[in-house]
This record gives sequence, C-alpha cells and structure tokens, in this order.
Amino acid sequence: MNQIKYIAPAPMVGSGFAEEPFLAALSPDMAFIGCDAGSCDGGPSYLASEDKVFATREGVKRDLRILVKGARSIKRPLLIGSCGGSGANWAVDLFRDLVCEIAAEEGLHFKLATIYTEPDRSTLKERLAQGKVKPLHPAPAISDEIIDDCIRIVSMAGHEAFLEALDQGADVVLCGRATDASIFAAIPIREGFDPGLCWHAAKILECGSAAVTKSDGPNGMICTIEEDRFLVEPVAPHHLVSTGSVAAHALYETGDPFQMKEPGGTLILTDATYSQVSDRCVAVSGSAWQQGAYTLRLEAASLAGFQTMSIGGIRDPALLSELDTWLDEVRKRVRNSIERQFGWRMDEDYWLTVRCYGRDGVLGELEPERDSIGHEIGLLMTILASDQRRAASIASVAAHAYLHHTVPAWSGSVSNTAFPFSPHVVDLGPSYRFSLNHVVELDRPNELFDFHYEDI
Amino acid sequence: MARLRDFAKLMRSKNAGPFQLTIDVMMENRADYDHVVASRLLTAKSVGDLLGVEPQLVQVFEYAPALAIKVSLPRALSVGDPMDNDLFGGQMFGPLVNLELADRSS
Repeated sequence: MNQIKYIAPAPMVGSGFAEEPFLAALSPDMAFIGCDAGSCDGGPSYLASEDKVFATREGVKRDLRILVKGARSIKRPLLIGSCGGSGANWAVDLFRDLVCEIAAEEGLHFKLATIYTEPDRSTLKERLAQGKVKPLHPAPAISDEIIDDCIRIVSMAGHEAFLEALDQGADVVLCGRATDASIFAAIPIREGFDPGLCWHAAKILECGSAAVTKSDGPNGMICTIEEDRFLVEPVAPHHLVSTGSVAAHALYETGDPFQMKEPGGTLILTDATYSQVSDRCVAVSGSAWQQGAYTLRLEAASLAGFQTMSIGGIRDPALLSELDTWLDEVRKRVRNSIERQFGWRMDEDYWLTVRCYGRDGVLGELEPERDSIGHEIGLLMTILASDQRRAASIASVAAHAYLHHTVPAWSGSVSNTAFPFSPHVVDLGPSYRFSLNHVVELDRPNELFDFHYEDI
Repeated sequence: MARLRDFAKLMRSKNAGPFQLTIDVMMENRADYDHVVASRLLTAKSVGDLLGVEPQLVQVFEYAPALAIKVSLPRALSVGDPMDNDLFGGQMFGPLVNLELADRSS
C-alpha cells in the first residue's frame, strides 16, 4: 500500500523532549523528522529583540543534538521551522551556529540549508503600493512609515520553502518564520498525497504529543498518511490517543476549528472524521484542501517605549475600604508632581498603569466582581515612557506616592505599601507591540526569502 | 440551577495569533454537550458582553468532534502590549466558569 510515515519528536525545539522513546521509535521507513521551534505566543518582545530565544540556548542545543544525530542515523532530512521562536534572521544564524557546533562535536557531515524570511522593506512597500498587502481582522494601520518603524518584520513561509531547500539536496533545513504545519506538509504533498490529509496531519503533528489523552511532558507523535486517511500514534509507549483528543487538537490556539488558512489555501475540517484504531492509534479522513491565492502572513513588532515597574501589597483594612478613592488621589498626585518636577504630562509623555491583583488585575474594568475584595491587594504599578531614564524617574516618584500618600482614616505619616524587593523600582527595558496583522500576496511562493547552502 | 463548570471537563482561553483570543469549553460526554449547546448560554452577545467585545465581532463554533464550544473574539489589546493584562490570554475565560444554566434532566 502506498503510504508515507514521518515523526515529530517534540512540540518545540528547546522544550526538552524525551530522548529515549524518540530513539526507540526512529526507523528508516520514516521519510523525515520535523520540529517546530516557533511561536508568537510569548509576545512581541521575542520578535523584536536580538537575543531572546523562546526557550534557552542550552535547551535548544540539547534538543538539536538529538534531532540532528537522529536524522543522520537514518539518513533522512531534518526540517525545522521558525528558528528561535520568532524566526528572525539572527535566530536562524544562532540555530545554524549550534548545528555546526554539534556537527563538529559529533563528527557529522551533511548539507545544511538556512532560509531567511525577513522580507526586504522596499519590496514590501512596493507590494503595499500595488494593493497586495491586505489587512486581516483586526489589523492596525499600515503605511510606508509604519513599515519603517517596525523593529522586525518576518513573513511566514509555506511548505514550498522546505521543498526548495530539499530540491537543492539539503539534509538539514533551518527555516526562519514558517507556518507550523508547513514543516510537516511539505514532503507528503510533494509525494502526491491528498493535500487535505497532508495539511490536517501536519496541523496535529506540529505540536508533537499535544494530541495525546494525558500529556506528562513534551514528547512526540508519528504520522502515517495513506491514500484516503492518516494515522497518528504517540511516540512514547505509555501515551494514548482517542478520537476526542485528536479532534480536540483542531481547537488549540486556532480561531476557527473548521477552517485554517495556510499560504496557498485553506484546510477545511467540516467533514473530517476520526476513528479509533487502537488505544494508541487514531485514523482521520475527510479533511479537505481548498486552493486559494498565495499569501504570506506578516508578523511585526515596533517599539512601544520603556517600562519601569514596582510591585507591593496593601494589607491595611482602612485603606482597602476606600481603595478606589485613594488610587484616584495618588494618580492625581503623581500627575501633578511629575508635571511640576519635570514638565512631563501623563497620558501624553508617559503612561501610568495600576493593576490591583485580588480585585481586577486580570480583567481590569471588565471584572464583574471588582467590589468584593479580600483582606489584601497586590499592587503592580508600571510606567511606560519614551526612554528608560524617564520611566525610572517617574516610577520612583510614583512608588513614593503609593507608599506615603495619606489615608483618610489615619492622621500622621503612613507607609501604605509592602514592597518585597529592594530596589523596589525595577526597569523592565524596552516594551514592544505587534504592529502588523497583514498578508502579502505573492506571484511565486518563495520570492521573499533568501536561501543559503553549506556543506558541513 | 447549575453552573457551566458542572458540565465542562475543560474550560480554557488562549491566544489565536497576536490579535485574537479564543475560548474552548469542552464537555465530557454527548449529553452534557447537547445540554450546553441547547441552553444557548454561550452566544456572541453573552460572551461579548462579558469580555467587552461587540457581538458582531464574536464567533461561536459548535465543534461536535471534540464535544466543544469555541468562542473566538478580537483582543482589546494585542498580545504583550504594555497595557495588556494577560500575555498568553490564559485567564480570560474566568467570567464564564460560573455562568448559570438549567440542570440537565437525566
């Protein structure tokens, strides 16, 4: 029977997946090994910065060593997408350096492809002028100036990026930002398997063992695609899958469980059916693929400012019974003090954010139970300003105000906030915002990317 | 009266990309799923009101293969914005947990 089998040993490079079950499961009948490394879940800081890996360098190297050695032991390609979390060019270089170190340490030789997916800004502006950059919903405004202001822009590659590298003979492919599923869809699609099945299987496998019934840590999954169905089976012998656990994966971090957009079309799961083959194997069929315009999603981050924070607790019942009034008074005091001292205006030159944990720290003004507070409140005060020294100067004044501002029930000087740290005012560094939620229409899938090859 | 948590085996919220939040309410069995769906407790309006989003921007999906209801809505602030309270969107389902609905007649 015509079939293709592959393995996803881990949900993420750097997650610290279990090595032994992976090595035990590895066999030459597997067409490739794939592993996602990316996520935008940790926020724009990972995308904007030049040094933040969404795991750790040590954790990434540990996982890469197992993956590279495993792939070379069966002489099959290793495909990795969204290096470093963000898929930024520097993160591709970091992964490349780690792979080279590992190859030298282990005495391995192979052809390495690196794919850089930060699009050229002028090309992007041309596409914008041609009306080929389209907003998703909800999308912030876009203009040439906004593109220039982005600290980093990455485009999410489709499966064609992996195929181009493989066509050039690459054994190990390190890609910048790529859709998670494209890593796993590439080879099965090239081998002619049904694209609906290929993309649906890829969507499940990209999270490693996430679709098992009871996860006890990062582990892997094996996929076998046949003519009219695919099978998923956990790598770890003690892991089980059920039709429910596999079907539920379509919900995970997706907006729509029935339709999922990929660069060249949409995966449609409306008619997907799940059947139990054994307690460790589920079969899936009926997944469909609808070809569409070729678009790449853009992710971008721009600088919002610099933050300084202070955290403390309030335990005084007399103050807590008048908390809102008191917080308003302190805010006014900070506003006036800063304007008098430095001439900086609140909500124009800087922003003061107060979160009251124990009352509405999570939901803010949406909190339906904000009037029922307990015996203490955690107060998180944050200043956002255009530079770090300004934020720190304001935060120092503000922390002093929260500590000493008068409480109506008491006469004399008071200390209202229990700070657990010295220094009690802490710089948080630069703060970023995701600044694009757009797709760019392309004529050819890989036209925005740079491919590099080297023999290791 | 019962509460939504009485019928759900898992309630969670997550980011679905940098600009969207998604809430999953997953039931243990078909009877509970049918009951929660029939109650019409989770609608674009009810969830939109709780989370401060216009109902026309809220999508509700009944996803029978996993006995789940999914609600997706735009985030008020993008993931990790300096003013955003919940980086991973992981606690935004809170106001839904104790929503009241009729008991299920067995």
